[in-house]
Amino acid sequence: MSRKRIHLGAHFPGVNNTTVWADPRSRSQIDFTSFEHLARTAEDAKFDFFFLAEGLRLREHKGQLHELDVVGRPDTLPVLSALAAVTERLGLVGTVNTTFNEPYELARQWATLDLLSAGRAAWNLVTSSDAFHGANFRRGGFLAHADRYRRAAEVVRVARRLWDSWDADAVAPDPVGGEFLRPGGVRPFVHTGPQFDVRGTFGTPHGPQGHPVLFQAGDSAEGRDFAARDADVVFTAHSTVEAGQAFYADVKGRLAAHGRRPEDLKILPAVTVVLGDTEDEARDRARHIREQQVSGPTAIAFLEQVWGRDLTAHDPDGPLPAEDPDPDNVSITRGRVRHHRDPVALARQWREQAEANGWSIRELVIQVGDRGGFVGTPESVAARIDDAVQADACDGYILVPHLTPGGLDEFAARVVPLLQERGSFRADYTGPTLRDHLGLGPARRLSDDRGQVAG
Amino acid sequence: MSRTFLLGVELSDAGAHPAAWRSPAAEPHRLFDPRRWVDLVRTAQRGGLDLALLPDAFGVQDTAGGVRGRLDALLTACRVAPLTEGIGLVPTVTTTHTEPFHVGKAVQTLDWVSRGRAGWEIAVSRTPAEAALFGRKEAEPEDGLWAEADDVAEVVARLEDSWEDDAEIRDVATGRFVDRNKIHYVDFTGPRFSVKGASITPRSPQGRPPVVVRADSPAALRVAARRADLVRIAARDTAEAARQRAELHGLVERAGRDPRQVAVLVEVVAWLGADAPDRRARLDRWAPAGFDTVEHVGPAAGLADLVAEWSAAVDGVVVRPAVLPVDLDALVDDVVPILRERGLRPAGPPGPTLRDTLGLPRPAGRYATAGENR
Repeated sequence: MSRKRIHLGAHFPGVNNTTVWADPRSRSQIDFTSFEHLARTAEDAKFDFFFLAEGLRLREHKGQLHELDVVGRPDTLPVLSALAAVTERLGLVGTVNTTFNEPYELARQWATLDLLSAGRAAWNLVTSSDAFHGANFRRGGFLAHADRYRRAAEVVRVARRLWDSWDADAVAPDPVGGEFLRPGGVRPFVHTGPQFDVRGTFGTPHGPQGHPVLFQAGDSAEGRDFAARDADVVFTAHSTVEAGQAFYADVKGRLAAHGRRPEDLKILPAVTVVLGDTEDEARDRARHIREQQVSGPTAIAFLEQVWGRDLTAHDPDGPLPAEDPDPDNVSITRGRVRHHRDPVALARQWREQAEANGWSIRELVIQVGDRGGFVGTPESVAARIDDAVQADACDGYILVPHLTPGGLDEFAARVVPLLQERGSFRADYTGPTLRDHLGLGPARRLSDDRGQVAG
Repeated sequence: MSRTFLLGVELSDAGAHPAAWRSPAAEPHRLFDPRRWVDLVRTAQRGGLDLALLPDAFGVQDTAGGVRGRLDALLTACRVAPLTEGIGLVPTVTTTHTEPFHVGKAVQTLDWVSRGRAGWEIAVSRTPAEAALFGRKEAEPEDGLWAEADDVAEVVARLEDSWEDDAEIRDVATGRFVDRNKIHYVDFTGPRFSVKGASITPRSPQGRPPVVVRADSPAALRVAARRADLVRIAARDTAEAARQRAELHGLVERAGRDPRQVAVLVEVVAWLGADAPDRRARLDRWAPAGFDTVEHVGPAAGLADLVAEWSAAVDGVVVRPAVLPVDLDALVDDVVPILRERGLRPAGPPGPTLRDTLGLPRPAGRYATAGENR
């Protein structure tokens, strides 16, 4: 059997403490030059895509704006549209929420981006329902938590119908005959469902990909089902090879029920990479980055998310708080997903760990907040990436750099050539569209759909 | 307010005439090709034009014999932005169905990717057909639509100001990336929506990208008086334009604003060249078009004369080329040089920001804490 091809994405650094802003090399998170730098680096290295997340409300902690991490980001689709001007082949992936948008406008914007980028658009669908984000929107907080994936599924269904309402050859201007569109090439749409009741004629041709590539992020059972039915790529969390294999088998196993093949859905975990000339040097650099990521105030804020109370009186270089967490105040941080099911037990476990190892608060957070990732020489990192993909732990990775915008420069220069030598990563793009890069077939049309969704 | 007589261009479908796409000079196959839009704006940039307006609306056009389908204008402006400079980029953004918060960050982001050349033309979605595309509410009468647009403009302005210019501090000593005292809730509550804020997007290069309103109804005119930095009007002669401008200035003053800070531009439909009358007659046989504003059909020198005459009545013109790209090419290659000779246009490029071009200072944010901060 031939080698699986690795897929790579470049994640623009986010608004959490993975992103190190206190480093002298850190540049603006908002100037277009930063987006351009990372996108060009990724394209020169033949990455599959650039990835940009979305923000809908600034994060808060203890009822106030959280100041300790990078804050502020641009609007997703406008930045991707601008990046289409300065790249030629790179896929352009963006997160856009399905809860606080209407399907007609979403379908129109994604069709536009696919046209503006000549077939490189991908939409990472996320859902939310909380009133915290909803406070910025007309329909804030209107959605029951359980309905968020139902709404997302119906958004996708409507969007697909709108894209499909234009035939690929519908635009056929006939100056002599006077018909701009081929007669019958565009059909009106009607959709009646629990979330949406919309009708009319879609106003934009679809792009070269037919439908943009669809990403799904979220590891819940509902999320996995949604992915199996509707997504082309799953954006997931990095874990061990064994856990990755289990997730991979589970999600790919759900595809057949939807008439899909395993290769129709790619699984791409997010991961960080730290390189060094030797394993020791890489570990030292990783340690230094962790120290940069966890300042004293960040360590205290991290504990406060579990303790549910103000801990600023504690010294980050001192021992953990002796008192137990307040289990009723789990929403001390808003605008960010955190799951601490039993904060009291977790706090006790951490206290024991810290006492056993002689760790301060800050050292504990450096240790327990470490998400892992690849740390090593270019050779060992390339081998581990390739091995994980060949072992069906995933189909590739979305790399999350800790520095803006140069955080992938070294990976592109030192690891990508090794992956290419192994025959596991493309030496050049073979097609113009992101579907081509990802080895996905043509978009599935909703030809057999009746325009109704069961309640 | 110091500025020259303003010259903008509207880049609409295949041109201002509904049958423009049937002209042998048109490029109907390229309407959805981003390179065409880059080419058009670069042509305008070559002529030193001050701004390019990109119209937009939801739904498919229903003009008899016209083009069908269009790209999202704001995203198209973003696609053009990194490949152009100097010229202002002004997409139409409708406020009836889009979330105000999304409008705000989209306009701010256009300002970031264009390095300070963003503007936005506020428009409303009037038709039941557009309302049905969203299925959330019935079409409203004109007054309600513009009352909502006025609220959206207010929210967007507050969001644009919600970050003070120096909110990002990157203070390594205290571990703080921003100073939270310089980022503000906007706390807007109105009859149709409420928005908490702040914007997720830091204050953009212009702070407040200019607002354009096409004053084509009394309700739109009222919003123009309260919100617009640049007002588009339709008029058939200079007397009518001067009367409209005076009326607008009165409303602007009543709104507590300085009329010198509001530019009034008249729309001019332009068919250029010796063959212009023939071209117009041919397209009219396919789709008879009447324009509600002044129209020039003829050689370039005639349009230059017309602009010179109108420069006494208004602050600038928005040329609507009848057929793209030919009437834009002729505007840039044949009309602009004459205007420069007559001193009606500067020799150099506009900008670097659109506010600079319009002679508007960069405003302080409404929430800016003067000097010392807690």
